Amino acid sequence: MALQATETAVVAGEAAEAPRRDRLRFLRNRKTLIGLIILGVFVVLAVAGSWLAPYDPSARSDDLLQPPSLDHPFGTTQTGQDIFSQILVGTRGVLVVGFTAAVVATVLGVLIGVTAGYLGGVGDEVLSSVSNVFLVIPGLPLIIIVTSLLPETNDLTIAMVIGLTSWAWGARVLRAQTLSLRSRDYVQAARATGESTWRIIVFELLPNLTPVIASGFIGTVIFAVLAEITLAFIGVADISHWNWGTVLFWAQSNQALAQDAWWWFVPAGLCIALLGTALSLINFGIDEFINPRLRSEGRPDRSVRMRVGFTPVVRAPRDETTTRKDTST
Amino acid sequence: MRYLVQRLAFYVFTAWAAITINFFIPRMMPGDPVQSLINRYQGQLSTQAIDSLRTLFGLDQEASLWRQYLDYWGNLFDGDLGTSFTYFPTGVSEIIGQSMPWTLSLMGITTIISFLLGTGIGVYAGWRRGSWLDGMLPVTTFLSAIPYFWLGLIAIALFAVQWPVFPASGGYDNGLVPEFSWDFISSAIYHGVLPGVTIIVSAIAGWILGMRNMMVSVSAEDYVLVAHAKGLPERRVMFSYAARNAILPNISNFALSLGFIVGGTLLVEMVFSYPGIGYVLFQGVGAKDYPLMQGVFLFITLAVLAANLVADLVYLLLDPRTRREA
Repeated sequence: MALQATETAVVAGEAAEAPRRDRLRFLRNRKTLIGLIILGVFVVLAVAGSWLAPYDPSARSDDLLQPPSLDHPFGTTQTGQDIFSQILVGTRGVLVVGFTAAVVATVLGVLIGVTAGYLGGVGDEVLSSVSNVFLVIPGLPLIIIVTSLLPETNDLTIAMVIGLTSWAWGARVLRAQTLSLRSRDYVQAARATGESTWRIIVFELLPNLTPVIASGFIGTVIFAVLAEITLAFIGVADISHWNWGTVLFWAQSNQALAQDAWWWFVPAGLCIALLGTALSLINFGIDEFINPRLRSEGRPDRSVRMRVGFTPVVRAPRDETTTRKDTST
Repeated sequence: MRYLVQRLAFYVFTAWAAITINFFIPRMMPGDPVQSLINRYQGQLSTQAIDSLRTLFGLDQEASLWRQYLDYWGNLFDGDLGTSFTYFPTGVSEIIGQSMPWTLSLMGITTIISFLLGTGIGVYAGWRRGSWLDGMLPVTTFLSAIPYFWLGLIAIALFAVQWPVFPASGGYDNGLVPEFSWDFISSAIYHGVLPGVTIIVSAIAGWILGMRNMMVSVSAEDYVLVAHAKGLPERRVMFSYAARNAILPNISNFALSLGFIVGGTLLVEMVFSYPGIGYVLFQGVGAKDYPLMQGVFLFITLAVLAANLVADLVYLLLDPRTRREA
């Protein structure tokens, strides 16, 4: 997905620099808007969750393994803990780890990817090989190994481990995009007028890389959230600290499935899926922003079904290379 | 040919890097994990296990780092990955050897099915852009956002507890011995259905989406327009012209996402107590069995590298341009 966005971003770069600069255009995309609203709700829960929670998530009570009711919207655990409160309190850990890891990974990815793409030569070779190595090594097993070797784990260390191991994708995409931007006229012009390398990178390149960086950031948040919940679920992370994975860990280790206690693991899973969907929707918005061809909401009432080429375009006479390619296919 | 040599060199380099990382991870960890493990097991660890731990963490002080590194490579070439203490006294390589066929068959079959199915649906969705298939996209997004293991839990709750049609755990009937007989194989397939379907459902969305977007981009190309203008049947334009070109990036994405698929599969195995590598890793994590964990990690990495190499070869077959530049 991200890879593909880059390839087309090069083509669609001109479209993004439309004469009419409309900063809210991004928000007018329905997918992005829905995604942002869902994410906003989760952010509010992350901030206010521990005040909103009706019970102490770890407090035991006499209502053992109750199905959802008015008192306990998501039911209770085997020891009478309120699952609704656990989910609310756990939201903060999930988002904090997800976003911290993504910030770490994005910063590393930008540093390595843009440097490699802009400098070229031996530096590029070395940096690209390093990021390719990290790309190929399976991330989740590596994160599990490193985290379980650490003497103590808290949200911050987990976020660091995830961030330090998941930057390679972003770096790769950014390198490709930087390579294509580097030879553009305006960068050449800036170089000719004697702008320093750092100024070119920060003021000329980075603003044009923003959508790619943003999309990589969101993608890393999704990965980091899943990785963190997985770590909690298999019991590597600190299980005394509430997050959605911890809820699932206790559900699994107390045989919630065999006891038919669906309310113990369904809400946490739905929250993960909802958060993941929201983030993906935002990313689709960014992809469609970069590559307008992907937008599917056209005119719903069109009577002619277009087979190919979504807009009728008067094409310039073909040059020979195109024709040859056509017949040989 | 040059492309192939370049790729091979890259994989050799990556394999070296992964093995070296595997060597250094335990040595970079703060504290003394060996002592804490010895305390944890309270004298139940044999001297042999403690020795193997000390070697793993580089705590046998008399040897220099370089010496340790050479020894590590030597052991590796002998196929000696140390001794597990959850399955004491079995060696790590033997445990991996036993669980490997399970993981490989489960993951191989599900990956191929989800790739073929997802790519096929993606071709149609991209070709008929704006049709009802686009309405399915949010559903697939939702499915792909669900962690594999949670979908596994739901599958168990529905199809093993609520309606007990499939077994909830294990790779074959307890009464059977692993052998090459119809009884055993059919039992293994029966046990594999639920984990397999779980993996396919969660993995397929990515393929659909990737292929759909590539098809959308490719169908606007000139050669597709020309194919239409020549009056070729639509099926032919769709498959031989558009899909054939759109599938190339999907294959490189496939190689890149293998790591994610492996991670997901490991988790599904843990949930279903499926006797593969993931379950072994889970046991190792639970018991802080470092030699086992390290061995499993090394094996997974090398397996992913091998799969990447295969994907590269397929790419070479499918894309004549990589061959011509040789």
